[in-house]
Amino acid sequence: MARERGEEEDTGGTGGKSAPKVKQRQRKKKTKESKTRTVHANILYDSAKGEESPNRHYANNKIKTTKYTLLSFLPKNLFEQFHRFANVYFVFIALLNFVPVVNAFQPELALAPVVFILSVTAIKDLWEDYRRHRSDKEINHMDCLVYSRAERRYVEIYWKELRVGDFVRLRCNEILPADVLLLSSSDPDRLCHIETATLDGETNLKQRQVVRSFYDLDCDFNPLKYTSVIECEKPNNDLNRFRGYIIHRNGRRDALYKDNLLLRGCTIRNTEEAVGIVIYAGHETKAMLNNNGPRYKRSKLERQMNVDVFWCVIILLIMCLFTAVGHGLWMFQYGDKRPVFDVLSPEGTDLSPIMSAIYLFLTMIIVFQVLIPISLFVSIEIVKICQVYFIHNDLELYEEETDSHLQCRALNITEDLGQMQYIFSDKTGTLTENKMVFRRCTVAGVEYSHDANARRLAMYQEVDSEEEECVSHGGTLPRRDSVTSHTSARVVLRSQSTKSHRRTGSRAECSSKMDFMRFHSQSLSTLSSDLCDIIDFFVALTICNTVVVSSPNQPRQKVTLDKAGMVSFLHRVINMFRRINLGMRFELKSPVKTIEDFIKRFTPSRLTSSNNSSSSSLNRSNNRGCSSLISSPSADSTLTKLDEEKTAPDLQHDFTPVPPYEAESPDEAALVYAARAYKCSLVGRLPDQVTVELPHLGKLSFELLHTLGFDSTRKRMSVVVRHPLTDQITVYTKGADSVIMDIIRPPDTGTSLRKRQKKIICRTQNYLNQYAADGLRTLCIAKKVLSKEEYACWLQRHLQAETAIQGREELLFESALRLETNLHLLGATGIEDRLQDGVPETIASLRKAGLQIWVLTGDKQETAVNIAYACKLLDPRRIHSPLSLNQEACMYLTNNINNMAAADLYPSLPVHRLGLVIDGRTLAYALDRSLEDKFLAVARSCRSVLCCRSTPLQKSMVVKLVRNKLKVMTLAIGDGANDVSMIQVADVGVGISGQEGMQAVMASDFALPRFSYLQKLLLVHGHWCYSRLANMILYFFYKNAMFVALIFWYQFYCGFSGSAMIDQWYLIFFNLMFSAFPQLITGTLDKDVSAETLQHLPQLYRSGQNSEEYKPYMFWMNMIDAFYQSLVCFFIPYFAYADSGVDLFTWGTPITTIALFTILLHLGVETKTWTWMNWLSICFSVALFFTVALCYNASCPTCYSPSNPYWTIQRLLQDPLFYFLCIITPCSALLPRYFYRACQGTLFPSAVQVGRQLDKLPPETRRNILSLSRVTTGSPLSLQPHFLSTNKPLPKDNEGTNNISQTYKKEDAGKDKDTSKDMYSFVNSEGDTLPYTKDLPRGELNISCKTPEALNTSPEVSHGLSPSLVTSPPLLSPTDSVVLPPEHGPPCVRYKRSSEEGIQGQDRTEHKIQVAL
Amino acid sequence: MMASGYNAKDEDGHIAVAGLGGGALRSRKPENTAFKQQRLPAWQPVLTAGSVLPAFFIIGLVFIPIGIGLYVTSSNIREFEIDYTGVDVSSPCFNCSQNFNWNSTKPCTCSIPFYLDQSYESNVFMYYGLSNFYQNHRRYVKSRDDSQLNGDPTELTKPSKECEPYAFHEHKPIAPCGAIANSMFNDSLELFYIDPNGTKVPVPLSSTGIAWWTDKHVKFRNPGGNPNLTAAFQGTVKPVNWRRPVYELDSDPENNGFINEDFIVWMRTAALPTFRKLYRVIQKRNGLMPTLPRGNYSLDVHYNYPVRSFEGRKRVILSSISWMGGKNPFLGIAYVSVGSVCFFLGVVLLFIHHKYGNRSSSADMSH
Repeated sequence: MARERGEEEDTGGTGGKSAPKVKQRQRKKKTKESKTRTVHANILYDSAKGEESPNRHYANNKIKTTKYTLLSFLPKNLFEQFHRFANVYFVFIALLNFVPVVNAFQPELALAPVVFILSVTAIKDLWEDYRRHRSDKEINHMDCLVYSRAERRYVEIYWKELRVGDFVRLRCNEILPADVLLLSSSDPDRLCHIETATLDGETNLKQRQVVRSFYDLDCDFNPLKYTSVIECEKPNNDLNRFRGYIIHRNGRRDALYKDNLLLRGCTIRNTEEAVGIVIYAGHETKAMLNNNGPRYKRSKLERQMNVDVFWCVIILLIMCLFTAVGHGLWMFQYGDKRPVFDVLSPEGTDLSPIMSAIYLFLTMIIVFQVLIPISLFVSIEIVKICQVYFIHNDLELYEEETDSHLQCRALNITEDLGQMQYIFSDKTGTLTENKMVFRRCTVAGVEYSHDANARRLAMYQEVDSEEEECVSHGGTLPRRDSVTSHTSARVVLRSQSTKSHRRTGSRAECSSKMDFMRFHSQSLSTLSSDLCDIIDFFVALTICNTVVVSSPNQPRQKVTLDKAGMVSFLHRVINMFRRINLGMRFELKSPVKTIEDFIKRFTPSRLTSSNNSSSSSLNRSNNRGCSSLISSPSADSTLTKLDEEKTAPDLQHDFTPVPPYEAESPDEAALVYAARAYKCSLVGRLPDQVTVELPHLGKLSFELLHTLGFDSTRKRMSVVVRHPLTDQITVYTKGADSVIMDIIRPPDTGTSLRKRQKKIICRTQNYLNQYAADGLRTLCIAKKVLSKEEYACWLQRHLQAETAIQGREELLFESALRLETNLHLLGATGIEDRLQDGVPETIASLRKAGLQIWVLTGDKQETAVNIAYACKLLDPRRIHSPLSLNQEACMYLTNNINNMAAADLYPSLPVHRLGLVIDGRTLAYALDRSLEDKFLAVARSCRSVLCCRSTPLQKSMVVKLVRNKLKVMTLAIGDGANDVSMIQVADVGVGISGQEGMQAVMASDFALPRFSYLQKLLLVHGHWCYSRLANMILYFFYKNAMFVALIFWYQFYCGFSGSAMIDQWYLIFFNLMFSAFPQLITGTLDKDVSAETLQHLPQLYRSGQNSEEYKPYMFWMNMIDAFYQSLVCFFIPYFAYADSGVDLFTWGTPITTIALFTILLHLGVETKTWTWMNWLSICFSVALFFTVALCYNASCPTCYSPSNPYWTIQRLLQDPLFYFLCIITPCSALLPRYFYRACQGTLFPSAVQVGRQLDKLPPETRRNILSLSRVTTGSPLSLQPHFLSTNKPLPKDNEGTNNISQTYKKEDAGKDKDTSKDMYSFVNSEGDTLPYTKDLPRGELNISCKTPEALNTSPEVSHGLSPSLVTSPPLLSPTDSVVLPPEHGPPCVRYKRSSEEGIQGQDRTEHKIQVAL
Repeated sequence: MMASGYNAKDEDGHIAVAGLGGGALRSRKPENTAFKQQRLPAWQPVLTAGSVLPAFFIIGLVFIPIGIGLYVTSSNIREFEIDYTGVDVSSPCFNCSQNFNWNSTKPCTCSIPFYLDQSYESNVFMYYGLSNFYQNHRRYVKSRDDSQLNGDPTELTKPSKECEPYAFHEHKPIAPCGAIANSMFNDSLELFYIDPNGTKVPVPLSSTGIAWWTDKHVKFRNPGGNPNLTAAFQGTVKPVNWRRPVYELDSDPENNGFINEDFIVWMRTAALPTFRKLYRVIQKRNGLMPTLPRGNYSLDVHYNYPVRSFEGRKRVILSSISWMGGKNPFLGIAYVSVGSVCFFLGVVLLFIHHKYGNRSSSADMSH
């Protein structure tokens, strides 16, 4: 029956009225086929055995993540491996050996290394694939309950048998087998809770709700009665989007949201049972579509290495060509008289010299193949894995609190960490803890401090037992008590970070005292209006969010007492009675009989004349309740004092403990917790209803009509509720002050009210500015009351938007915009976000390391600037120095950006050590293609750049711009979803595994528990990884070149015939076995400087930034050294055996041995740290060589043609000459390098070498020096300039900057003649001296010396400035440490003394600039 | 040598291990071991003039005496060399050298007189030397069949393809096959001592003990257990350039066939285009007589081996040997010069150390 009906509906529709519609739909369907998916219930087609099922085209639920089958493994795996160019090359070379005229080695042997490498990779792949196969099998064979039509009950089947359109029954703690549309839930609120940890790592529960049309089912869901058709979008990988609608038998359409969809892989929690229909199965589920492979990034070092690999190819070709030509000439000289030793081709034919040369060219490619190191790529991967292992295991990067340590998610860019030049950091959650603390608020223009509460709130999240204590004390806790009762370490810890707020805190208290006076003098009418605002304010705080009251562990029971009165008005009235009864339990002994009575009681006798005056105001007797709402523990509020004695006893009973809240963002949680501290607590949230507990009123249920979620464009969120007391449709909006203030409209009625509102707005704005200046995050709260008509009108269009499939987002956005207008301002909040521990220190040392730190935040400018001060990003000591001036100048300019619509130079005042603050709107201009160069020119000359109010897209654009234009290495660090794009764009993305979910971590290459760990990660591990790998790569090139060159020299003595004196076995296994281990050990364990010194002398990081370990010339130096060494290793045995009876391989074996010794000793010279593992590996290598040689030479007298080295090494070991050769050759080969290293160590040591020398000192002496080296000019680092001065400014860059500054001049010359002159000459001097960022520190000083001249304002200025800066010799400047922090003793004093005048001078300079502005 | 000393700073790390009591609970906490925390005790040499200085002096002081020793040893070795190629018209072998043909039936002999002005006291090694002969040519080196030479009967008749194009001659397998064997040196040299009274006394030349023991006894073996070599090599033909088949190389059955030592020596391909190969040994007969007394000698050459086509030279070398082989002053010179260079650089470093070393020396850092 059901099936027939379903079919009928599907084909014919329900009636004549809808017939044309259906036709239309069918016609559309064909065109729309590609855009939507239609899902019918399988139950309807049971008899058709699936053949006619409309769902048959959809993927089934069997998953197969394996890449290969048994048959396809070999071809497919090889095909994949050959995507790597190197593999193709090596295979090509190996195959070349099979061509008879070309073959150089025994063809089978030549294949060995390639086969070895390929098979190792293949086995690894196979094993991984097998594991995947096993887990697939396991997953495919999991059980789930599916409704069977035949048996009329749910039966257990395997996951893989599940099909789209099946009805699935899900039980608590079960994992979802597919993407399922929720149709029924055992939960009383028709909810289903899921945990999405496997998808995004977030462990908090998420609510999903039953499709609206199945909401009202009072009995259990019966699949047999289901006849609807679901139309939804095609499978896609967007986890946060699901659009579609369900068409019922009667033609009614209901929209489907992502809230209705349960995603595969999630776990059902807190819900006993749920039923749903499968929409996407198997590989089409969102989870599977999101399953991308690991990201592959190529590090800078690797890019550089590839260039040199390319050079190696060139060298190889040149060598081959040379040999080929040589061979041709050699043959040519014999003419027709063919010598006996020039063997004919196997066919007995004579080869012409030219043909011979061509063949030889190919032979030589084979013989010299070692030059392109087959093992390099493998070795690099091994070393990187080891490096990752060590980083993982670093105790200092482990946080005990959260039991989390650093995660390396990208395995192949560890060395990039040592080469960073720019850091782009998010502010919230990255620099700060993202543990939001509600600090203060302003309601209706009156400011309330929340100092003590802030402390208590912090305790909420940490110590539960103490919470209880707080609760029992209620709102009457005197402030001092709360302070004394929580003298925990926390407070002490915090005191540092909140230092800057202290001053404002006291001011706020004063102001609230003043408010107290004003309250008394104010008329009662305004007072009550204020009270309404206050109540509304807290209600808004409580409900205008998505915070969920979590009830972990047990399956969810109905927490709230009242079962939502959303069905009808009557229903609500009944509820309200009950609520009133509950609410009045303690206060109103007499029961209320009617709603009128209730309203009468709650309506103040003197109603305010605001537009909601008719019904929304509260009874005067409720004053007490209202006032208690704001009775902050700081007890400064006058209102508390008014009726303190009455509220105190009641509250203790009234306040029921509430389980913790789960919020998507910590801001929301902070607000809800704050409201709860004022006794306005959220007790339950359901999709359609929010329950709030108010003092004296008890629990109030707000019918939640709509939630217009937060988005970064609107920067606000709203809820539309039906107010339970007044039955009005009320909109509460919460959002960034900049946007809210724009949509506030003072009431039309009454000029006095209007005036008052204006005053409130004005005052609130003032407070907002103050908050921002204190570094608080500000939010504005506003509300709006809608009339029934207005609401109906809006609702209609909103519903249209909601059901739209195409462009739903845009429509919803517009709909939200329509609603959020003409708001009534309630107040604003200031939330503090504490700095994480050690952030200022980390930033300071990262800057000393030469890193440019940019902060990109979505926060307000003032907040951002304050945080920047707090974390020493902007120099707070220089508040009265040019810095702050320019700060202001920048702000001035940014604020006026609108006026300067087309102007280009707005946000800039590039003076050294300046901070550039730029806001989102300005940034939009700055990122314009025509201006980005100028923006960069300005930005990079600044000490730090702060971008506030920036959107995620802008963040990533900034990173991309800097990365691409300046060609620098960028690191982006952030914690939230809004940082994901930035993290992905940067060379290295770092995620903070903090409060805001896991998106950032999932997108990142490295995940840290805290920002301060960045210091060790970059300065120590980054430096090590870089220097280890750079040295290893250089060594590899050297090693191969040196080895191959030996054979090359030999060609001169064998008629360029491609003969090799080194046995082919040695030749092939030299790299793979004999010389492989020591370099791996060194590449993994070598430490040039100890971790301690690296952290104390961040300057050492610059060696990585400037790629000092691996510069292009170093490759060539290594090549030259390799050629020299090979010459020595070749010609010493050559002359020692000249004109003797030595045979080919008896002569070649000593050369191999010597080469091995030389190569190992070379590594020894380059090794900085010798642990037992280094010794062991070198001994092992030597032992391995001799063992292999002895075995190989003794094994078979007839094999291994053509070398047949039988008994060669055994005879050599009896020959004294062999030992004499082995001693002298490595010594003379390494002599130059050793000598050079010694001279360099003494005459011009690099900073790193100085660091190493420091390491040698006894710990105490070293500590002294380290602390001294920050201030003394005679520190060992004074040697540095030698080294650094090699970094000559790039001429090209220099020109570029000049051009820019010139264009500046040109464009603005006409605009503002006398003002711009000074400024731009400024820029010009910048351009001259600041060619590029690497030199910035050095440039800094020069500029500061030059600046006054450039300004040429007054002679005293330059006179005053220069001594202060010249005291420290300019050469020293690269160590930023010379910048003399004030806390250090004598030198600082000297600085002050000598620059007293200078500071004055600077002040004067400021003045000038200000005038110029 | 270098500034050294094990770093003791890592010891404090181990104290923390003791404090880690509840380690079992926190599974994710990294272990605090010296290895995992990269604090392995290590020797950290810093290469500066001061620290490297001793190494240079020590190398210098060790190498120079070694070099002198080697040089003296080498110069004590007596060596006499005769070029008998016959390039010069005046040379006795000029006529013979005009013949470029390998298989000329007419034997050509020439006799070269020479005078030894010093006697050889101990064993004398007689070498033949070839110049400009690329025995190390890639295709040449490969052109042999070791299995055949090892007496493998199947390989004897089926030489490996490596031997091509010298594997078959007129469809018969060549034994020994390959280009190396084919081009075997086939001059025969005889040495005569000319008495003061003018009679030619042949100097006894020993043709055994000139090859590697392992070659003679392991690597090279005659096919089959057949003592009759002629029968053993039945069905094979001699290499095209040879005058006699392989089983007629010597009358001594222990030095015939593949185990003929001249043949074995030739098969050990030389590393460089100018080489010498041991031809005969002149054993010292008794304790009193010098092996080769001072006086006139005559070298009689059966000139068969053509080298003029590739500008080659043929020599005969009479040499005594020492513990370190033949005469070669190079190694001694090399040791002396490297030692001197090291010593000189050591002085330079000393200078640098005194002049500049203080600036970065650790003692001064603490100022």
